[in-house]
Order: sequence, then structure tokens, then C-alpha cells
Amino acid sequence: MADNMKMRAQLKGDYVEVKVLMSHPMETGRRKADDGNVVPAHFVQLLTATLNGKPVLEAQWGTGVSKNPYLTFRLKGAKLGDKVAVTWHDNLGATATQEIAVTQA
Amino acid sequence: MQRRNFLLGLLSAIILAPINAFAAIWNKAAFEAVKLDDASKILDINGETISQQIQITAPDRAENGAIVQVEVRSEIANTEAIAILVEKNPTPLIANFMFSNGAEPFVVTRIKMAETSDIKVVVKAGDQYFTNSRNVVVLENGCN
Repeated sequence: MADNMKMRAQLKGDYVEVKVLMSHPMETGRRKADDGNVVPAHFVQLLTATLNGKPVLEAQWGTGVSKNPYLTFRLKGAKLGDKVAVTWHDNLGATATQEIAVTQA
Repeated sequence: MQRRNFLLGLLSAIILAPINAFAAIWNKAAFEAVKLDDASKILDINGETISQQIQITAPDRAENGAIVQVEVRSEIANTEAIAILVEKNPTPLIANFMFSNGAEPFVVTRIKMAETSDIKVVVKAGDQYFTNSRNVVVLENGCN
């Protein structure tokens, strides 16, 4: 699932800005498909981010996060070349991880 | 031998843990609550004080409630967590972000909004809770 996430981590002065765009349907479980059947809930529940393996962010999500979730967060004390990794888990047990290095903005 | 056992144990823990572990971590009751007050209660939010040190950036009007970009920044010392709730959504709790090890209390994300509503942000700092709200006019329901 390498192309599941688009990620960028850029050093901007004294912080690193991480932008993540995930590919996920984020179904609420309330939407009806064209055939009239309800589409079952399918959404990311947990997202974690690490900097060089150390946890920096943990997010719990409900169905109210938009389809193909977008996230920006900022890390103090990160340097060029540091590794930022993001992992998500959804309610159906699927998961994806991506790791990138910090680059200059 | 000891190390091998440890590694095997670790490996099986990683393989066996996922679904159960995260189901346990994920706050099902809070995310499924249909009233904002109930979600807040389940998150142990109480006595929150209104603070202008929480900045919420969002559009005044959203054409399509399916994608409303929200930026939240907390200037409150020792901010540990930022929760985003939408009062009039079918399930108001949208997301709860917990920061550690140098992550700034700042987040940008995109959320769904069913109708015109306040976006309520709750910041946890130690044992204290702070809140701020911002109204967004929604023209088209984004909660299908």
C-alpha cells in the first residue's frame, strides 16, 4: 500500500511541517449506494506518527473526518534527514504505514 | 536463546495485537455518542473554560459540508490534546489529537459537516480543559 499515503516533511525555520494525504473512503455507515443499500461504515480510527521511532502524535478519528483524509502537524526539534513515519488503522483491520525523511522547505 | 524467545514473543505480539489493541484504544462510546454533551462526558471533559488562546481557522461558509478544512492552534501551555467536535453532526466527536515529544499543539484537517453548526474545540492541558468555538454556515449536507 505504498501509494496509499502522500507525505511531505519540510523544515521551516524552527519546526518541521508534516503534511499527509491518505487514500481512504471514510464511509460513515449512513450513506446509501445507488442500489439503495447502506454502505457499511469503513473509516480510519487511529493514526499515529513517530519521529525517529518516538511517538509524537496519536489521533483517534470518527466518521466525521473527510474522505481521503488530510492532515498537517508540526514537530519541534526535528532536523534534516530525521525520519517521520505515519501509520493508520481502520475499523475493518486494514492498515498502512509510510516513512519519509525531513527535507528543506 | 533468551533473545530469540523475546523476539518471537514480540513478533507474535505484533501479529496478534492489531485489531484488538486498537479496538481497545479507540473510544467507541465517545465517537458513537449522538449528543455533544454525551461525547464530552465520556471524554471526561468538564468545567472547560472559554479561551481565546485557542485559534480555529475555518471558512465562514462551506458550499459542500463533505470537506471543510479546519486549522486549530492552541497557545495554552502544556496542551496535551485537541478534540474537534461539530455540535450538529449525527455523531459530534470528529477527532481527538494527542501530542507528545515536541509535537506542536497545531493541526490542520478536513472534516464533514451535516449542517450549519458550531465547531467546538476542546484543549486538554493537565487536569484542565479549555474550549473555543467557531460557526460555519454549511450549504450542502456533507454527512452522507
